[in-house]
Amino acid sequence: MLGYILRRILAVIPVMLLVAVFVFLLLRLTPGDPAAIIAGDMATPAQLERIREAMGLNQPLHVQFFTWVGQLLRGDLGTSLISSTPVAGMIADRMGPTLAIALLTILMSVALAIPMGVIAAWKHRSGADYAVMTFSVLGFSVPVFVIGYVFILLFSLKLGWFPVQGYTPISEGLVAFLKNAFLPALTLTTIYVALIARMTRANMLEVLGEDYIRTARAKGAPEHRVLFRHALRNAAVPILTVIGTGFALLIGGVVVTETVFNIPGIGRLTVDAILARDYPVIQAMILLTSFLYVLVNLIIDLSYTFFDPRIRY
Amino acid sequence: MSQAPQPSSAMQPVLRVIGLPHLGIGPKIAALVLALIVAATILAPWLAPHDPLTMDPLVRLKGPMEGHPLGTDNYGRDILSRVLIGGRLSLVIGIAAAVVSVILGLVIGMIAGFFHTADAIIMRMMDALMAIPAILLAIALVALNGPSVGSVIAAITIPEIPRVVRLVRAVVLGAREEPYVEAAIALGSSTFKILTRHLLPNTLAPLIVQGTYILASAILTEAILSFLGAGVSTETPTWGNIMAEGRQFFRIKPDLILYPGVMLSLCILSINLLGDAARDMLDPRLKKRAG
Repeated sequence: MLGYILRRILAVIPVMLLVAVFVFLLLRLTPGDPAAIIAGDMATPAQLERIREAMGLNQPLHVQFFTWVGQLLRGDLGTSLISSTPVAGMIADRMGPTLAIALLTILMSVALAIPMGVIAAWKHRSGADYAVMTFSVLGFSVPVFVIGYVFILLFSLKLGWFPVQGYTPISEGLVAFLKNAFLPALTLTTIYVALIARMTRANMLEVLGEDYIRTARAKGAPEHRVLFRHALRNAAVPILTVIGTGFALLIGGVVVTETVFNIPGIGRLTVDAILARDYPVIQAMILLTSFLYVLVNLIIDLSYTFFDPRIRY
Repeated sequence: MSQAPQPSSAMQPVLRVIGLPHLGIGPKIAALVLALIVAATILAPWLAPHDPLTMDPLVRLKGPMEGHPLGTDNYGRDILSRVLIGGRLSLVIGIAAAVVSVILGLVIGMIAGFFHTADAIIMRMMDALMAIPAILLAIALVALNGPSVGSVIAAITIPEIPRVVRLVRAVVLGAREEPYVEAAIALGSSTFKILTRHLLPNTLAPLIVQGTYILASAILTEAILSFLGAGVSTETPTWGNIMAEGRQFFRIKPDLILYPGVMLSLCILSINLLGDAARDMLDPRLKKRAG
């Protein structure tokens, strides 16, 4: 078991190294002078030289790469080309809103999606099942920013229940935070719920057809016990997996949702950085989000044994 | 010897989908809606009441009125015309990105599935590519390569490739252990022939399903890119950049986001429903459960 955990953690290293190579080459393999791409069309030769100097673009590629990775390993994410402040500090400043909304989203999604999926599978081909499936296919199909604007239109402009846009940190009170954070989290929840509910339903359907479910019912186990104890636990592993892979969807959704709701989080930071070609910030953000994705999926992988004791490493 | 040769029996499910005989009511409506949207965008130059780029300062941000059935935007351009014409580029980019990612993913996936030496390297690269959030990778690619149609298609295609590769590789890994492939190897068929004659047909059915989902996702990604300001230049209307331009007028005129948003959503919804229908038909396991 310990050996497996170690091997799994070590397997993160080559993946992250490859991500680093991709991110590094993204700028270097782009046709044209990287310094000119960053500076834009109006740059003077002196400005170009300053950027080359700042980013070490005058050195050979492999030297640049290892210098950069060395800095990363020491926690140095570089310096923003626009604001000239350390990228790590910029990200730390903007992390709060994103984390808060992401956590709220995951909590709401799991709390809604698992019961929805279980009911849909339990009452297979009933009205409830079709309702869940319709919701789920809608959640996949309607772009997250359209959902966001419809929610603003409905709940903020028409009904006046929530402020239109903006963000209040939790430190200024939970109610004030929720007033601003609820709609963006609800927007993200619709897509995440769609994914998880669909997966829960599909796996519950499969498990509910098994012999041991019939046995459990035959011995007179109460239905809720059959559903949650016998069935859901056996369906847990693929559901967890989709929560993990869906994390990438969540990151993409956060970027868009923060733009719609004017939230000063890392999603907004990334979009602004990309549009301003602030390359150190872009590199850091892509690396960081990829690392988060790999980490979340690692934790989920390792949690399989908890839900399914048959899995032994 | 009376048995049909393997490739043609692998083709059967594909033919069944193309024949579309047993579609339920949902997928039928989806097919109809999709056909209407595609027809409307193809015929857009004749259907649109105005040139989508002509500005008219006298009718800025107006509601539905004579000559402008859906009203006008902040430059006085006709919203209906823009939404109709805008669908063209959105669909073209989506289709191109889906086709390219399926073809590239198919080639890479078959190589990974068939050649053990290439497999480990390719799959580690795909793992890394999958770890990078697709939207971030795509906007970074467009920001660096410029907002041309080609770079938008490339930016949507690259993050989609690993999904196709994984699928094709899994199918090939399963099929290459089948007796008919072993027989082909024993008979001395060339590697190319084994790949194209015996393994390729197995991938077609799952690829049709996956390709449908990728098409939906590609159209969605194009809209998100445009919406964030990292799509094709705003001089050419697409559903995404009509909505991006509508952002600042959202409080006074939500129509600028709602109309293209509804078209986009209906389009993606019907493609997804058709994908689900195709999957149900092609996956015998699901069928048994339903029956």
